[in-house]
Amino acid sequence: MARSFDLGRFLRRDETKGMVLIAPPFIYAVLLLAAPLAAIVLFSFWTQDFMTIDRSFTLSNYREAFTDPLYMELLSRSLRISLSVTAITVVLAFPVAYFVSFYVAPERKSLWLFLITIPFWTSYLIRVFLWRVILAYDGPVNGTLVGLGVIDEPLAWILYSANSVVITLAHAYAPFAILPIFVSLEKIDRSLHEAGRDLGENRVMVFLRVTLPLAMPGVLAAVLIVFIPTIGDYVTPRLVGGSDGTMIANMIQTQFMRLNNAPMGATLSVLAMLMVGFVSLVMILGTLRWTRGGKSK
Amino acid sequence: MTKQEPIIRLENVHKYYGDYHALRGITAEIGQGEFFSLLGPSGCGKTTLLRAIAGFEDISSGAIMLGGKNMEGVAPNHRPTNMVFQSYAIFPHLNVEQNVAFGLRKSGMSAADKTRAVGQALEMVGLGGYGARAAHALSGGQRQRVALARALILKPKVLLLDEPLSALDKKMREVMQVELIKLQREVGITFILVTHDQEEALVMSDRIAVMFEGEIAQLDDPERLYRRPVSRRVGEFIGMMNLLEGSLAHSGGYSVDIAGLGRADIAPEQVVGSGAAGAVSIGLRPETLSILFDDDPKSARTAQGVVDEVVYYGDMTYYDLRLDGAARPVRISMRNVVGRPVLEVGARARVSWDPRAFTVFT
Amino acid sequence: MKGQSLKIYVILYLVFLYAPIVLLPLFAFNSGTVIAFPLQGFTFGWFIEVFTTQALLEATRNSVFIAVSVAVLSTCFGLFAARAATRYNFPAKGGIVGFVMLPLVLPEIIVAVSLLVVLIQAGLSTGIWSVIAGHVLICTPFSIAILQGSFTNMDKSLEEAAVDLGETPLSTFRLVTLPLVAPGIIASLLICFTISLDEFIIAFFLSGNEPTLPVYIWGLLRFPARVPVIMALGTLLVALSIILLITAEYFRRRGLRRAGKRDVGGFL
Repeated sequence: MARSFDLGRFLRRDETKGMVLIAPPFIYAVLLLAAPLAAIVLFSFWTQDFMTIDRSFTLSNYREAFTDPLYMELLSRSLRISLSVTAITVVLAFPVAYFVSFYVAPERKSLWLFLITIPFWTSYLIRVFLWRVILAYDGPVNGTLVGLGVIDEPLAWILYSANSVVITLAHAYAPFAILPIFVSLEKIDRSLHEAGRDLGENRVMVFLRVTLPLAMPGVLAAVLIVFIPTIGDYVTPRLVGGSDGTMIANMIQTQFMRLNNAPMGATLSVLAMLMVGFVSLVMILGTLRWTRGGKSK
Repeated sequence: MTKQEPIIRLENVHKYYGDYHALRGITAEIGQGEFFSLLGPSGCGKTTLLRAIAGFEDISSGAIMLGGKNMEGVAPNHRPTNMVFQSYAIFPHLNVEQNVAFGLRKSGMSAADKTRAVGQALEMVGLGGYGARAAHALSGGQRQRVALARALILKPKVLLLDEPLSALDKKMREVMQVELIKLQREVGITFILVTHDQEEALVMSDRIAVMFEGEIAQLDDPERLYRRPVSRRVGEFIGMMNLLEGSLAHSGGYSVDIAGLGRADIAPEQVVGSGAAGAVSIGLRPETLSILFDDDPKSARTAQGVVDEVVYYGDMTYYDLRLDGAARPVRISMRNVVGRPVLEVGARARVSWDPRAFTVFT
Repeated sequence: MKGQSLKIYVILYLVFLYAPIVLLPLFAFNSGTVIAFPLQGFTFGWFIEVFTTQALLEATRNSVFIAVSVAVLSTCFGLFAARAATRYNFPAKGGIVGFVMLPLVLPEIIVAVSLLVVLIQAGLSTGIWSVIAGHVLICTPFSIAILQGSFTNMDKSLEEAAVDLGETPLSTFRLVTLPLVAPGIIASLLICFTISLDEFIIAFFLSGNEPTLPVYIWGLLRFPARVPVIMALGTLLVALSIILLITAEYFRRRGLRRAGKRDVGGFL
């Protein structure tokens, strides 16, 4: 139908109002996220010599990143640490989420969640530093263990190693893992469990065949919420990692701030993002296939 | 009584949602002080039409006239209508009095006047003294009354009600139906009600517009709608309609031969549709057949059959009777008169029938 | 009974969660300069030092200014985006909103590094405003998440009812929407404030000569002698965060109570 353009009607339309509303935050995100990310990708193809940036397109950074064993080692170590942290954190978090969802009275649930999340809102920096204090050679953990006679000598491997990074990160991201799993478990219709029992399964089997599959979306969310930020963590490897526990973010910072090689830093950032994106995709697709395939365990 | 200008005039109203043609040429007039219902199944466009009258939806073409003025481009807050929403939309952060007085903010009334008006409005809906109640402490029926008071206190020309009773349980619904009728009579303004419940529409309305797929199929008072549906679809939508097969003959006048009952002459206004002779469906309402008991006076037209099913309702009994020669059973409603037995399944029965009560669908 | 052993596990887990934080006040009041057992005397000295160190107070001022600005800006963006997402449909809505929420899944170092690159290119200097810019980027998704909950909980027809009863869209927002969304707004302000106050890596890259408190603390960490001061400072920050959090939770519950809704557990 041909109608002349009615400005009043156009402005009243739902779609227009919606787009006007979303515009400010969206434009902000485009300016401060999309543009900078694009800049990073651009930078990775340039080179820098002290303070001057050479803008000619080159793949030399990428070549260096793939051939120098140091960078590959850092990337793979970051991946390993991050995956370990994710696995440990999510596995340890699941029973906690299960407990609050199934064993706590409804009116008390938010209280428990609140208690669990308080540590999360305190300064990350200070928490990591405290772990350095706790795990130190002459710190409280060793002191207690020696004092109780469990060991003769203080343990040296619990600090300034990849292990200390894993422990510290697992602590920091625990609440991130608990919450999504909790949300997922809450959504499960309780009568499904009763139906499972009614149809002849014992508790363990009901858990494996009913609860766990239905909680998978939450588990997946927890995995991603822990995995993605931990790969790029800077503070923890720096404070408690020592030389064996440095991760890719430390190298990125070094490139930018100490070596004045922003393009190299950009290259490593791009590679880190690609790695994260790829692994995340694998995890998502893997979970989708697992739940949709309907394979019984 | 002088003929008044209709309060609402809908002139060929069309509405498109993208490609979807939601309202297809709605034309109707609604009078002052009328209790008018828009009745139809889900998706027929009745709520869309109501919201268009209220001003919450724009129309693609046609005109909506309220009180003689075209409402094109007039925002909802400037129309002489007020709406009772399906969810009642009681403001949870205000108490009952504040809710009811909400629309009076711009009226310039003094606080004392407002309190008085609120008190009167609450009395009118039967919630006198509830002013200080918190919103979340109200039951469903009470919320609805607050919504009514809140709308009526502004003395609109038209009150629009969007499925106001669908959220209530059966008993509450029946109570509120009567209350709404009384309220409308007391206040005297036009009510437009949207509902999918045909029983509700029949009970409360002065006139009903039955809508299917964005069009008005029939606009009539409840009795005409029930006795003289203009199509089989309308007939089946309103109340219970039995359908028997037969054939129509047209020579001079109309006559129809019905399987299971027999031949009869019928008046032209009983024939609906093309009027072509041949195979037809005959519609009969449950109360138009009567089971004959021994003490009943002789009847001119009778038929015989076997009782297929008996449904006992307390004051009524419904019999499904399989007439000799008819393919499907017909449902007959009988009042339970003292002393009269309830027939059993399998029993033979005689019925009397009157052709003046039938509708022939061609 | 399975519940019992699970409960024990959860309690141990909570002990693990709270262990580091419990140590803070312990060593903050400890007069010894080395962070180790056994504890020595009791002292307020470290706290006094916190309040008398000039550089520390400077950094605190910077942090507070940044955090307040970030809270206000992020909440505004959050209001716009949450309302757009819950009330309207427009083309590519999922993609657009998803993009705004993207910072939630990006490692912070990527955000910090990319903003730094843009600053270098544009020839702008680092400082308070670049930190604010970066923080608003990562806090807005949190604000959206909180406010989306507030808007979905609000019956859509409430705003239509207000208009029907004679109000304009603007006065409807003031009289109906705002009061009902207020608890969410307050929660968003408090959460964004807390996140900004504690954030380190973006500030580390972008604060230049105007360090925030976490950046300042980082500078102190390499000096063992200053560590007890950090303990005292940390105790204060933790106490502040907990108070803010309890306040946010209180407002969230009050919002639920006013709307007469059931509590389903936290900012989810």
